[in-house]
Amino acid sequence: MRYRLVARERASRPMMLAAPFIALGLTCLASLILFAALGKPAGAALHALLLRPFLSWYSFTEVLLKMAPLLIIAQGLAIGFRANVFNIGAEGQFIIGAICASALPVWYPMGGVPFMWPLMVVMGALGGMAYALVAAGLRTRFGASEILVTLMMSLIAIQILNYLLLGPWKDPMGFNFPQSVMFPRDAILPTLFAGARTNVSLYFALVASALAWVMMRHHFQGYQLQVGGMAPRAATYAGFDKRRAVWISLALGGIAAGIAGASEVAGPMGQLQRSVSSGYGYAAIIVAYVGGLNPIGIVASSFLISVVYIGGDAATVSAGLPVAATQVFQGMLLVFYLICLTFIRYRIEQVPGVAVRA
Amino acid sequence: MSIIAFLLAGTLAAALPLLLAALGEMVVEKTGLLNLGIEGMMAIGAAVAFILVFQTGSHSLGFAGGAVAGLVLSMVFAFLVITLKVNEVAAGLALSVLGLGLSALFGKSFESLTVSGLPRLGLPGLSQIPLVGPTLLTQDILVWLAIPFTVALGYVLTRTKPGLVIQAVGENASVARSIGYNVAAIRFAAVGFGGAMAGLGGAYASTVYTPLWADGMIAGRGWIALALVVFGTWKTGRIAFGALLFGVLSLGELMAQATGVNLPSQLLTSLPYVVTILMLVVISRRKGPLAA
Amino acid sequence: MTGMPALLSMHGVSKRYGKVQANAEIDLTVEAGSIHAVLGENGAGKSTLMKLIYGVETPDAGQIAWNGTPVVLNSPGEAQKLGIGMVFQHFSLFETLSVVQNVSLLVPGTRAELSARIRELGATFGLSVDPDAMVHTLSVGERQRVEIIRCLLLEPKLLILDEPTSVLPPQSVALLFETLRSLQAKGMAILFISHKLGEVRELCDTATILRAGRVTARVDPRDHDKSELARMMIGREIPKISADTTHRVAEDRLVLNHLSLPSQTRFGTTLHDISLSVKSGQIVGIAGISGNGQAELAAAISGEVPVADAGAITLMGKPAGRLSAGARRRLGFAFIPEERLGRGAVPRMSLADNTLLTAHGTGLVRRGFIRRAAERALTGRVIEEFDVRTAGPDVEAGNLSGGNLQKFMLGREIMLAPKVMLVAQPTWGVDIGAATAIRRRLLSMRDQGTAILVISEELEELFEICDLLHVLHAGHLSGPRDPHVTTAAQIGTLMTGASEGDAA
Repeated sequence: MRYRLVARERASRPMMLAAPFIALGLTCLASLILFAALGKPAGAALHALLLRPFLSWYSFTEVLLKMAPLLIIAQGLAIGFRANVFNIGAEGQFIIGAICASALPVWYPMGGVPFMWPLMVVMGALGGMAYALVAAGLRTRFGASEILVTLMMSLIAIQILNYLLLGPWKDPMGFNFPQSVMFPRDAILPTLFAGARTNVSLYFALVASALAWVMMRHHFQGYQLQVGGMAPRAATYAGFDKRRAVWISLALGGIAAGIAGASEVAGPMGQLQRSVSSGYGYAAIIVAYVGGLNPIGIVASSFLISVVYIGGDAATVSAGLPVAATQVFQGMLLVFYLICLTFIRYRIEQVPGVAVRA
Repeated sequence: MSIIAFLLAGTLAAALPLLLAALGEMVVEKTGLLNLGIEGMMAIGAAVAFILVFQTGSHSLGFAGGAVAGLVLSMVFAFLVITLKVNEVAAGLALSVLGLGLSALFGKSFESLTVSGLPRLGLPGLSQIPLVGPTLLTQDILVWLAIPFTVALGYVLTRTKPGLVIQAVGENASVARSIGYNVAAIRFAAVGFGGAMAGLGGAYASTVYTPLWADGMIAGRGWIALALVVFGTWKTGRIAFGALLFGVLSLGELMAQATGVNLPSQLLTSLPYVVTILMLVVISRRKGPLAA
Repeated sequence: MTGMPALLSMHGVSKRYGKVQANAEIDLTVEAGSIHAVLGENGAGKSTLMKLIYGVETPDAGQIAWNGTPVVLNSPGEAQKLGIGMVFQHFSLFETLSVVQNVSLLVPGTRAELSARIRELGATFGLSVDPDAMVHTLSVGERQRVEIIRCLLLEPKLLILDEPTSVLPPQSVALLFETLRSLQAKGMAILFISHKLGEVRELCDTATILRAGRVTARVDPRDHDKSELARMMIGREIPKISADTTHRVAEDRLVLNHLSLPSQTRFGTTLHDISLSVKSGQIVGIAGISGNGQAELAAAISGEVPVADAGAITLMGKPAGRLSAGARRRLGFAFIPEERLGRGAVPRMSLADNTLLTAHGTGLVRRGFIRRAAERALTGRVIEEFDVRTAGPDVEAGNLSGGNLQKFMLGREIMLAPKVMLVAQPTWGVDIGAATAIRRRLLSMRDQGTAILVISEELEELFEICDLLHVLHAGHLSGPRDPHVTTAAQIGTLMTGASEGDAA
């Protein structure tokens, strides 16, 4: 018996809502099998990954801390993805944002600059944006694929970071570790709860989510971007400026990633380090897709992925899982989600056998 | 051994993982797809091959295992993109993340262990030549095999019927379908080839070139392979040249010392990426800028 | 009947796509050595039927027999093995390959052998073409020859041609018919898909007539006149449009002044020194076969591809060559492109959001924000006034039939009260009822003073509604002609690229 995909008349709403949950279920199942096959305590691992983060107030605040950068970057990227502008270099824009924000405390290690942390966030946003706009310029001026350019620029950003931390920005008192000076107090974002590291960057991310929702749902610019993504020739036909779409998409993605980078060094890190990103830029792509590229969906998916991050840390202790388990979980989640996504637009139909009359 | 001699000896081996992965990806792209999962496929190939070589001591088994691992992961990509019509950028990135994660998971208990590489074989007669004989002309078996393989692949793609079919599918898949070609099957085969080649490239990196296992050891080689395909404008000869160039650059610090230039090594490490961006600009320019 | 089984016979064959029953219980019998027409209007199910015979699709029910033996065709390859060849309406050739390379993708043999056989067949059947030419350099007629040769090299017993004359000027049609008759003389069966009654009566000895996916008649077309065949095809008389010829023509609204535009794509057409003017209250038609610069001309006028010389295009007296598509719309320009889905409309957006696509300037957007209520209200009016058959403004554009979507787009553009309107292939793929309604709308817009430029392949349509006719061939535009004193044959001559003097 053969099967085939048949396009639905319209996207299935129930499937749209169910897809992330089905994907999560399948991912849990596959993880159980994988962890068991590797000889790890599978049940304990899954318990740690998904439930542990809720078992203490502190670990929950850690989830919110992780969620802030993932959420804001994913909101920025999703706007571009819906316009068919594939900025996959948020990692690089995040690093550049972190570097630009760090410039201030590196130059004024004693602090005392008025509005120091807000200024750092602005510098991070501008830095991330400028870095992303290089790709926009090359795309609109020469037609160079922004996918590859942003990717390459991420790899370059890592080298810029390495250069600074091994050279001019290395903390002279830091025992030769590749890291900058510790930032002064006024270069650190205010935290939200006593005894927890969660800081105001969570507010930035939530505000960004609200703005993204308004823009994509009710604003004409968001509409134009979506037309460009779904039917580029229709956008040209209607007279929407394609170049503008590229500039806006990359600028928003870069700003979001830059703010996240700044918030990381001015938040939990408190200094510029080589490990500043731990892959937020790539994880945010997963967050964006698993959230259905929808601003509300992304709030949920960023929370889920953050739980898995914090749970992954717990699992290294309680179930002896390597940190990479988190990455595997994320990868599987996206793969399963993409599979489910197909069934929002298509359904399976049996290819009927043709009766042959004898 | 002088530094020049070291460069001569090391460039081909440094280029090989890039070359193998890029040639595979080139075939994928010729059928009209873009597989961003190469990095993950190289990583999983590297991990599986390393484990097999470490456990059995057999490099052949390692290469086979690495290729199969890359192939398996690429089939997931093919299923998503060809069968389920999923966005290829998302699918490719998902597999990169998954492949990197799985490689770290599998390789966890082998962290920092080493295996013995492959013996280096000199060309009979020629290995006596001073300087280049014992360096450039003394390489391991895979390097020697890669040269005729590259030539053969170029021949198949440009001079034979299968090459013509691949070009046709890449130009217009719906036309190819309407005249009776099974486009999905051809693309599955191309993606599988690309995945196996990436896995093989990873296997070579972890079991011959380095040869040790460390998490993250693929270190962006998959992304460079993607760049190489663009750099080589989808032609085998130019991709091979590009692989050598990028191979030399990856030995950047050594080269800086050799030439006595005092540049930060990060600049040299960045060069392949910068060159790729410039290359993208040059080849895209011919197609013209984006119209309003 | 001789008692021999027919070459191809189909019994009770059905095929459904979603809710649409494309073919229902089709019976079709094709005898060897016959030229058999499948006649039906757009959307009657002809293409689906061909796909079933050629193995591109498989039927939901029914049987197909080849020489009396039941067969199941799962792919074109299997159909080819039986001896079925097909020439597609939209050619299945690869532009970047040469003729012989294209042939070799389907026919076994070395390059030299194939080249020789291509020349030989070309000489025998009047299908001459250079085997080493790159396909993108060939004219549409030559491409069709390549397609036919490629089929013939597989020595088919049945050759299917899907609307083969739609891409040919009248003179080439005669040549094609000669070729087909000589193939028939060799015993080959030909299945000729068409909606053109005259051609079917001229060429075919049998006709199976389809309407709404069902067979309505099987006749010898030579025994029936055009209007009888038309009744069988559409179930009623073809409605007539009575055009009012006394309308007032006033000022120039759209003027092209020596417009030249290099080709934007690798295989596109360059426009050479094109001049024309469209006045208010006038419909000007551009005849010619697609691929002669029609797409490029439409894109240049619409602003999708800007022109370097600002004065080459004037809209409402203002130089507009460098203006963007949006700026031209603001001057009062509207456009209905030939590709409805993906260009004129976004398939996955609702009709309401598709209204916004071009009507955003009419108060649907305030301070950058979309006014949803106004958007829906306008969409509702378009649906109602233009008789768009759909459940409402929330239906996705991709779910509308070709005719309904065309009515929707026409309505959307008319609601903008344009001063100049460009329409490309207004009734392409639209059933006769909707086509008539669309032509009537264009005429009434003209009578209200809109300047309309129509680009169409359908000569009959152009003669019916136009006040002036030009012909576009190989990027050159002929001077204007009065359709009331010009014959179709004269226009046809211009379509082949003959000079003005030859056509006079």
